[in-house]
Amino acid sequence: MSEMLLNIVLADDDEDDRMLFSEAIDEIQIRTKLSLFNHGQELMDYLNLPNVVLPSLIFLDLNMPIKNGQQCLIEIRSNPRLKDLCVAIYSTSSSEKDIEDTFLNGANIYVNKPNNFGKLREVVEKVLQLNWQYHTSNLNKETFLFRI
Amino acid sequence: MKLFVKYDYDLVCKTVLKEQLDALNISHTHTTQGEVKIHDTINETTREQLVAALGRYGIQILSNPKETLVERIKNTINDLLNNKDLRTVKVSSYLSDTLLYSYAHLSTVFSESTYTSIENYMILKKVDLVKERICNSDLTLTEIAYQLDYSSVAHLSGQFKKTTGLTPSSFQKIMKNKNI
Repeated sequence: MSEMLLNIVLADDDEDDRMLFSEAIDEIQIRTKLSLFNHGQELMDYLNLPNVVLPSLIFLDLNMPIKNGQQCLIEIRSNPRLKDLCVAIYSTSSSEKDIEDTFLNGANIYVNKPNNFGKLREVVEKVLQLNWQYHTSNLNKETFLFRI
Repeated sequence: MKLFVKYDYDLVCKTVLKEQLDALNISHTHTTQGEVKIHDTINETTREQLVAALGRYGIQILSNPKETLVERIKNTINDLLNNKDLRTVKVSSYLSDTLLYSYAHLSTVFSESTYTSIENYMILKKVDLVKERICNSDLTLTEIAYQLDYSSVAHLSGQFKKTTGLTPSSFQKIMKNKNI
Protein backbone atom coordinates (compact mmCIF):
# COMPACT_ATOMS: atom_id res chain seq x y z
CA MET A 1 0.00 0.00 0.00
CA SER A 2 1.08 3.51 -0.64
CA GLU A 3 2.59 5.30 2.34
CA MET A 4 1.09 8.63 1.53
CA LEU A 5 -1.16 10.19 4.15
CA LEU A 6 -4.13 12.11 2.80
CA ASN A 7 -5.16 15.28 4.58
CA ILE A 8 -8.93 15.57 4.72
CA VAL A 9 -11.12 18.20 6.35
CA LEU A 10 -14.82 18.14 7.14
CA ALA A 11 -16.97 21.13 8.09
CA ASP A 12 -20.32 20.09 9.53
CA ASP A 13 -22.31 21.64 12.37
CA ASP A 14 -23.91 18.34 13.46
CA GLU A 15 -21.80 16.58 16.05
CA ASP A 16 -23.23 13.11 15.32
CA ASP A 17 -22.53 13.49 11.64
CA ARG A 18 -18.94 14.48 12.34
CA MET A 19 -18.47 11.49 14.61
CA LEU A 20 -19.95 9.00 12.15
CA PHE A 21 -17.89 10.43 9.34
CA SER A 22 -14.66 10.10 11.27
CA GLU A 23 -15.50 6.51 12.23
CA ALA A 24 -16.23 5.68 8.60
CA ILE A 25 -12.98 7.19 7.39
CA ASP A 26 -11.01 5.25 10.00
CA GLU A 27 -12.36 1.99 8.66
CA ILE A 28 -11.28 2.36 5.07
CA GLN A 29 -8.02 1.34 3.51
CA ILE A 30 -6.65 4.68 2.42
CA ARG A 31 -4.60 6.29 5.18
CA THR A 32 -5.95 9.67 6.16
CA LYS A 33 -5.60 12.46 8.65
CA LEU A 34 -8.95 14.07 9.32
CA SER A 35 -9.51 17.56 10.75
CA LEU A 36 -13.01 18.56 11.85
CA PHE A 37 -14.66 21.99 11.93
CA ASN A 38 -17.98 23.05 13.42
CA HIS A 39 -18.97 25.57 10.80
CA GLY A 40 -17.81 27.30 7.65
CA GLN A 41 -16.14 30.25 9.32
CA GLU A 42 -13.99 27.97 11.43
CA LEU A 43 -12.88 26.13 8.29
CA MET A 44 -12.10 29.32 6.39
CA ASP A 45 -10.10 30.72 9.32
CA TYR A 46 -8.07 27.51 9.30
CA LEU A 47 -7.47 27.51 5.53
CA ASN A 48 -6.38 31.13 5.70
CA LEU A 49 -3.71 30.53 8.33
CA PRO A 50 -0.39 31.48 6.75
CA ASN A 51 1.54 28.23 7.24
CA VAL A 52 -1.23 25.68 7.07
CA VAL A 53 -0.74 22.46 5.10
CA LEU A 54 -3.59 22.58 2.63
CA PRO A 55 -5.84 19.51 2.62
CA SER A 56 -6.14 17.36 -0.47
CA LEU A 57 -9.89 17.12 -0.04
CA ILE A 58 -12.55 19.22 1.71
CA PHE A 59 -15.98 17.92 2.70
CA LEU A 60 -18.50 20.70 3.14
CA ASP A 61 -21.98 20.51 4.62
CA LEU A 62 -24.37 22.96 2.96
CA ASN A 63 -26.52 24.12 5.87
CA MET A 64 -24.33 25.47 8.63
CA PRO A 65 -24.65 28.47 10.95
CA ILE A 66 -22.44 31.58 10.60
CA LYS A 67 -21.10 30.61 7.18
CA ASN A 68 -22.80 28.01 5.00
CA GLY A 69 -21.28 25.62 2.49
CA GLN A 70 -22.08 27.66 -0.60
CA GLN A 71 -20.42 30.75 0.87
CA CYS A 72 -17.30 28.75 1.76
CA LEU A 73 -17.20 27.24 -1.71
CA ILE A 74 -17.39 30.65 -3.37
CA GLU A 75 -14.67 31.99 -1.08
CA ILE A 76 -12.42 29.01 -1.78
CA ARG A 77 -12.83 29.29 -5.54
CA SER A 78 -12.15 33.02 -5.56
CA ASN A 79 -8.96 32.73 -3.51
CA PRO A 80 -5.91 32.07 -5.73
CA ARG A 81 -4.21 30.08 -2.99
CA LEU A 82 -7.19 27.79 -2.43
CA LYS A 83 -8.92 27.64 -5.76
CA ASP A 84 -7.37 24.33 -6.86
CA LEU A 85 -8.44 22.39 -3.78
CA CYS A 86 -10.81 19.52 -4.33
CA VAL A 87 -14.19 20.21 -2.72
CA ALA A 88 -16.87 17.60 -2.03
CA ILE A 89 -20.28 18.77 -0.87
CA TYR A 90 -21.69 16.54 1.83
CA SER A 91 -25.34 17.32 2.38
CA THR A 92 -28.76 15.83 3.06
CA SER A 93 -30.31 18.02 0.40
CA SER A 94 -31.11 16.28 -2.85
CA SER A 95 -32.76 19.27 -4.48
CA GLU A 96 -31.63 19.58 -8.07
CA LYS A 97 -31.20 23.31 -7.61
CA ASP A 98 -28.77 22.89 -4.71
CA ILE A 99 -26.80 20.35 -6.68
CA GLU A 100 -26.59 22.45 -9.79
CA ASP A 101 -25.70 25.58 -7.81
CA THR A 102 -22.84 23.86 -6.03
CA PHE A 103 -21.43 22.57 -9.31
CA LEU A 104 -21.71 26.01 -10.84
CA ASN A 105 -19.89 27.46 -7.83
CA GLY A 106 -17.06 25.00 -8.42
CA ALA A 107 -17.74 21.89 -6.34
CA ASN A 108 -16.09 18.72 -7.65
CA ILE A 109 -18.20 16.06 -6.00
CA TYR A 110 -21.73 16.13 -4.63
CA VAL A 111 -22.44 13.51 -1.98
CA ASN A 112 -25.86 12.86 -0.50
CA LYS A 113 -25.45 11.99 3.16
CA PRO A 114 -26.35 8.31 3.31
CA ASN A 115 -28.73 7.12 5.99
CA ASN A 116 -26.79 4.13 7.24
CA PHE A 117 -23.24 3.52 8.33
CA GLY A 118 -22.31 0.81 5.81
CA LYS A 119 -23.40 3.03 2.96
CA LEU A 120 -21.52 5.99 4.43
CA ARG A 121 -18.30 4.03 4.51
CA GLU A 122 -18.81 2.97 0.91
CA VAL A 123 -19.47 6.51 -0.23
CA VAL A 124 -16.49 7.99 1.62
CA GLU A 125 -14.25 5.32 0.16
CA LYS A 126 -15.49 6.05 -3.34
CA VAL A 127 -14.87 9.78 -2.96
CA LEU A 128 -11.35 9.20 -1.64
CA GLN A 129 -10.55 6.83 -4.49
CA LEU A 130 -11.76 9.32 -7.07
CA ASN A 131 -9.85 12.11 -5.42
CA TRP A 132 -6.76 9.91 -5.34
CA GLN A 133 -7.01 9.22 -9.07
CA TYR A 134 -7.34 12.90 -9.80
CA HIS A 135 -4.28 13.66 -7.71
CA THR A 136 -2.05 10.97 -9.13
CA SER A 137 -3.10 10.59 -12.76
CA ASN A 138 -3.35 13.12 -15.42
CA LEU A 139 -7.09 13.46 -15.57
CA ASN A 140 -8.66 16.76 -16.50
CA LYS A 141 -9.41 18.73 -13.30
CA GLU A 142 -11.57 21.19 -15.23
CA THR A 143 -14.19 18.52 -15.73
CA PHE A 144 -13.86 16.90 -12.31
CA LEU A 145 -17.59 16.57 -11.56
CA PHE A 146 -19.19 13.63 -9.81
CA ARG A 147 -22.43 13.01 -8.04
CA ILE A 148 -22.53 10.09 -5.63
CA MET B 1 37.22 21.76 26.80
CA LYS B 2 33.93 20.28 25.70
CA LEU B 3 31.21 21.81 23.61
CA PHE B 4 27.68 20.55 23.82
CA VAL B 5 25.64 20.71 20.66
CA LYS B 6 22.07 19.98 19.79
CA TYR B 7 20.99 19.35 16.21
CA ASP B 8 17.83 19.85 14.29
CA TYR B 9 17.98 16.78 12.01
CA ASP B 10 15.28 18.01 9.74
CA LEU B 11 16.99 21.31 9.13
CA VAL B 12 20.38 19.65 8.67
CA CYS B 13 19.03 17.33 5.98
CA LYS B 14 17.18 20.08 4.20
CA THR B 15 20.21 22.35 4.22
CA VAL B 16 22.53 19.64 2.92
CA LEU B 17 20.08 18.78 0.15
CA LYS B 18 19.69 22.40 -0.81
CA GLU B 19 23.43 23.09 -0.85
CA GLN B 20 24.17 20.04 -2.97
CA LEU B 21 21.40 20.73 -5.45
CA ASP B 22 22.42 24.38 -5.68
CA ALA B 23 26.04 23.39 -6.22
CA LEU B 24 25.00 21.45 -9.31
CA ASN B 25 22.76 24.29 -10.44
CA ILE B 26 19.62 22.21 -10.22
CA SER B 27 16.60 24.38 -9.79
CA HIS B 28 14.31 22.76 -7.22
CA THR B 29 11.81 23.15 -4.42
CA HIS B 30 11.67 21.04 -1.31
CA THR B 31 8.02 20.11 -1.17
CA THR B 32 7.61 17.80 1.77
CA GLN B 33 9.71 15.67 4.05
CA GLY B 34 11.73 13.48 1.74
CA GLU B 35 10.46 14.87 -1.52
CA VAL B 36 12.24 17.30 -3.76
CA LYS B 37 10.74 18.65 -6.91
CA ILE B 38 13.19 19.23 -9.74
CA HIS B 39 11.94 21.91 -12.11
CA ASP B 40 13.83 20.76 -15.18
CA THR B 41 14.81 17.26 -16.11
CA ILE B 42 18.40 16.40 -15.26
CA ASN B 43 20.71 14.41 -17.48
CA GLU B 44 22.43 11.18 -16.55
CA THR B 45 25.80 12.78 -15.68
CA THR B 46 24.27 15.35 -13.36
CA ARG B 47 22.19 12.64 -11.78
CA GLU B 48 25.30 10.57 -11.07
CA GLN B 49 27.07 13.58 -9.60
CA LEU B 50 24.06 14.22 -7.42
CA VAL B 51 23.88 10.60 -6.27
CA ALA B 52 27.58 10.74 -5.37
CA ALA B 53 27.31 14.13 -3.65
CA LEU B 54 24.34 13.10 -1.55
CA GLY B 55 25.83 9.67 -0.86
CA ARG B 56 28.58 11.32 1.20
CA TYR B 57 25.91 12.45 3.65
CA GLY B 58 24.05 9.17 3.62
CA ILE B 59 21.21 10.51 1.52
CA GLN B 60 19.89 8.18 -1.17
CA ILE B 61 17.64 8.90 -4.07
CA LEU B 62 14.76 6.47 -3.98
CA SER B 63 13.22 5.13 -7.07
CA ASN B 64 10.24 3.11 -6.06
CA PRO B 65 9.99 0.40 -8.72
CA LYS B 66 6.31 -0.23 -8.05
CA GLU B 67 5.30 3.36 -8.55
CA THR B 68 7.39 3.62 -11.68
CA LEU B 69 5.58 0.57 -13.03
CA VAL B 70 2.17 2.05 -12.19
CA GLU B 71 3.09 5.18 -14.15
CA ARG B 72 4.10 3.03 -17.11
CA ILE B 73 0.80 1.14 -16.95
CA LYS B 74 -1.12 4.41 -16.94
CA ASN B 75 0.89 5.74 -19.88
CA THR B 76 0.29 2.57 -21.85
CA ILE B 77 -3.44 2.77 -21.17
CA ASN B 78 -3.45 6.38 -22.37
CA ASP B 79 -1.69 5.36 -25.58
CA LEU B 80 -4.19 2.61 -26.04
CA LEU B 81 -7.15 4.94 -25.66
CA ASN B 82 -5.67 7.59 -27.92
CA ASN B 83 -4.72 5.28 -30.75
CA LYS B 84 -7.51 4.11 -33.01
CA ASP B 85 -5.62 1.12 -34.39
CA LEU B 86 -4.96 -0.32 -30.98
CA ARG B 87 -8.58 -0.39 -29.85
CA THR B 88 -9.29 -3.80 -31.22
CA VAL B 89 -6.54 -5.50 -29.22
CA LYS B 90 -7.25 -6.97 -25.85
CA VAL B 91 -6.17 -4.67 -23.05
CA SER B 92 -4.66 -7.36 -20.86
CA SER B 93 -2.52 -8.85 -23.59
CA TYR B 94 -1.49 -5.44 -24.89
CA LEU B 95 -0.33 -4.37 -21.42
CA SER B 96 1.59 -7.55 -20.75
CA ASP B 97 3.15 -7.55 -24.23
CA THR B 98 4.25 -3.94 -23.94
CA LEU B 99 5.49 -3.98 -20.37
CA LEU B 100 6.76 -7.55 -20.35
CA TYR B 101 5.06 -8.62 -17.14
CA SER B 102 2.17 -10.99 -16.69
CA TYR B 103 -1.20 -9.26 -16.49
CA ALA B 104 -1.79 -10.78 -13.07
CA HIS B 105 1.37 -9.11 -11.77
CA LEU B 106 0.54 -5.76 -13.36
CA SER B 107 -2.96 -5.89 -11.99
CA THR B 108 -1.79 -6.66 -8.44
CA VAL B 109 0.84 -3.91 -8.41
CA PHE B 110 -1.66 -1.43 -9.83
CA SER B 111 -4.37 -2.18 -7.30
CA GLU B 112 -1.92 -2.10 -4.42
CA SER B 113 -0.73 1.39 -5.05
CA THR B 114 -3.69 3.16 -6.62
CA TYR B 115 -6.66 1.85 -4.61
CA THR B 116 -8.42 0.95 -7.82
CA SER B 117 -8.22 -1.69 -10.53
CA ILE B 118 -6.84 -1.33 -14.05
CA GLU B 119 -10.39 -1.83 -15.39
CA ASN B 120 -11.79 0.95 -13.22
CA TYR B 121 -8.96 3.26 -14.13
CA MET B 122 -9.63 2.65 -17.81
CA ILE B 123 -13.31 3.45 -17.39
CA LEU B 124 -12.48 6.63 -15.49
CA LYS B 125 -9.99 7.65 -18.15
CA LYS B 126 -12.41 6.87 -20.94
CA VAL B 127 -15.18 8.88 -19.30
CA ASP B 128 -12.64 11.68 -18.93
CA LEU B 129 -12.13 11.60 -22.70
CA VAL B 130 -15.90 11.69 -23.23
CA LYS B 131 -16.10 14.72 -20.91
CA GLU B 132 -13.34 16.45 -22.78
CA ARG B 133 -15.07 15.88 -26.11
CA ILE B 134 -18.43 17.01 -24.78
CA CYS B 135 -16.85 20.28 -23.62
CA ASN B 136 -14.45 21.03 -26.42
CA SER B 137 -16.12 19.89 -29.58
CA ASP B 138 -19.41 20.07 -31.39
CA LEU B 139 -19.59 16.33 -31.79
CA THR B 140 -22.86 14.64 -30.96
CA LEU B 141 -22.90 11.86 -28.39
CA THR B 142 -23.41 9.35 -31.18
CA GLU B 143 -20.21 10.52 -32.84
CA ILE B 144 -18.31 10.48 -29.56
CA ALA B 145 -19.56 6.97 -28.83
CA TYR B 146 -18.39 5.84 -32.25
CA GLN B 147 -14.96 7.49 -31.87
CA LEU B 148 -14.33 5.91 -28.51
CA ASP B 149 -15.60 2.47 -29.52
CA TYR B 150 -18.73 2.25 -27.44
CA SER B 151 -21.17 -0.22 -28.94
CA SER B 152 -23.99 2.32 -28.69
CA VAL B 153 -24.93 5.73 -27.30
CA ALA B 154 -26.94 3.92 -24.66
CA HIS B 155 -23.81 2.14 -23.48
CA LEU B 156 -21.87 5.40 -23.34
CA SER B 157 -24.65 7.19 -21.45
CA GLY B 158 -25.02 4.26 -19.08
CA GLN B 159 -21.32 4.14 -18.27
CA PHE B 160 -21.16 7.91 -17.94
CA LYS B 161 -24.09 7.98 -15.54
CA LYS B 162 -22.80 5.06 -13.54
CA THR B 163 -19.32 6.55 -13.19
CA THR B 164 -20.08 10.22 -12.63
CA GLY B 165 -23.63 10.16 -11.26
CA LEU B 166 -24.63 12.65 -13.92
CA THR B 167 -26.16 12.14 -17.32
CA PRO B 168 -24.08 13.39 -20.26
CA SER B 169 -26.68 16.08 -20.95
CA SER B 170 -26.81 17.40 -17.38
CA PHE B 171 -23.01 17.41 -17.34
CA GLN B 172 -22.98 19.36 -20.57
CA LYS B 173 -25.50 21.85 -19.20
CA ILE B 174 -23.47 22.42 -16.01
CA MET B 175 -20.22 22.91 -17.92
CA LYS B 176 -21.88 25.32 -20.30
CA ASN B 177 -23.34 27.45 -17.52
CA LYS B 178 -20.13 27.27 -15.55
CA ASN B 179 -18.04 28.79 -18.30
CA ILE B 180 -20.25 31.80 -18.87
